[in-house]
Amino acid sequence: MSSSRRSTIIVEHLRKQQMWDSISKGKRLDGRTLDEIRPIEFEVGLIKKANGSARVKLGNSEVVAGVKVETGEPFEGLENKGALILSAEVLPTASPYIEPGPPDEETVELARVVDRGIRESEMLDLSKLALIPGEIVYVIFVDCSVINADGNLFDATSYAAVSALMNSKLPVFEIRDRKAVDTGEKQNPPLTTVPISITAVRIGESVILDPTAEEEACMDARITITTNSDQNFAAVQKGSTGAFTVEQLKRAAPTARIKGEEIRAKLRESTKAGK
Amino acid sequence: MTQTRSLIDENGKRTDGRTGDQLREIKITVGVIKNADGSAFIEFGMNKIVAAVYGPREVHPKHMALPDRCVLRCRYHMTPFSTDTRKNPAPSRREVEISKVMREALEPSLMLEDYPRAAIDVYVEVLQADGGSRCAGITAASVALADAGINMRDIVSACAAGKVDDRIVLDINDTEDKEGDADMPVAYMPHLEQVTLLQLDGVLNEDQFNQCLDEAVKGCKMVYEVQRKALMQKYFGNETELKEEQ
Repeated sequence: MSSSRRSTIIVEHLRKQQMWDSISKGKRLDGRTLDEIRPIEFEVGLIKKANGSARVKLGNSEVVAGVKVETGEPFEGLENKGALILSAEVLPTASPYIEPGPPDEETVELARVVDRGIRESEMLDLSKLALIPGEIVYVIFVDCSVINADGNLFDATSYAAVSALMNSKLPVFEIRDRKAVDTGEKQNPPLTTVPISITAVRIGESVILDPTAEEEACMDARITITTNSDQNFAAVQKGSTGAFTVEQLKRAAPTARIKGEEIRAKLRESTKAGK
Repeated sequence: MTQTRSLIDENGKRTDGRTGDQLREIKITVGVIKNADGSAFIEFGMNKIVAAVYGPREVHPKHMALPDRCVLRCRYHMTPFSTDTRKNPAPSRREVEISKVMREALEPSLMLEDYPRAAIDVYVEVLQADGGSRCAGITAASVALADAGINMRDIVSACAAGKVDDRIVLDINDTEDKEGDADMPVAYMPHLEQVTLLQLDGVLNEDQFNQCLDEAVKGCKMVYEVQRKALMQKYFGNETELKEEQ
């Protein structure tokens, strides 16, 4: 059951006031402008046992993602397609407020929003990943672990998952006696586009990009918009307990497109360098 | 999402015979659950959803209580017989997420600060699912909250718009959800003019995004009229028309 909760981080009233004052003057507490995204670092291929991997640092938020490939049965209703299964986990290493245990609703939402961006943009052409349609297909696991949490986990996790997939090499399976056998060869995954998510939050009347944990503790509402390489919108998720006006949303859309393109270029550059 | 057949015919009619800007038939009945403090039953196309509100009441477990406001708890749940193939009654990741976005869609409309240390529980049970059950669920839940007499800033109305056969249409049905190109559920407070839920599955360009959002908001306003009439009907009954004139 979903329940209202106190914020995990408690920001003092004075600090909050300071943040509001600063944001109303167009500058944030860490010195960024309202639409400035924290520095991003990508490292790919660091996990040799995975078929693909990436570590992304977005400011102090840090996520490791790994791709593992197996064969298995297709999903019901999608018999002719490979199966993509994305999970996300916020590890207890990530912050003093996180305890081990089954995923809470925020983590479930995180996994589903990252999954939606990759699935709806059709980043992976899953129709090319069926071995015997209806029986045996590729099953691609993308598992994301947040190892340090400092806000905007949606984007950090999404960039990690996308770069891990771009870094991945799939094993080539052959069908012998209606069974999938690993030939030991590798192939590139059938990638079609690079989905990039951009998260903005509203604090008072200002909308800021890439919030830190402290800013998230003060936010009124959040919006995550995922664009594909053609700069179309593939997925959106509004979150948190506040609301947006239609105008604010219509302004957020082109911002996500433009900023997304900048990050897409960076991500492409870094995943190439790691191969 | 692969296109297998045309979803809009040459006359501009959709699979269920509607035009692009038409909603499915909506019927809301208020106060269907006698034990609840507030309740509503909504039939939105083939969707049949019941929403019940309990509270404000004491919080259990007690440590969940907030000193300065009320705790809002929401559960969106699908009965095992609500779908084509039986749904496992245990909460899925999808239901956990919908419970969360539903709570966040309703919370801005409620004056939770009026009930410190208390809890309001909203239970949404999908008895039969068609496309757009989260929107129908939010719509019913907001009516149930009003029926429970919770202090509110506005009603929340919800409706989806989407892209089918390269056209923006209102209120996506089940077939269009599965075979169409994009689905955008929106929840909206009609008087405050604020969007409290926005999601998107599927690809849209910027013009289509804006058009879809406008269309969905238009749909929400139509849904609002049905909500208002249902509440008027319960509280003023035969005098509804008299009250409307005033």
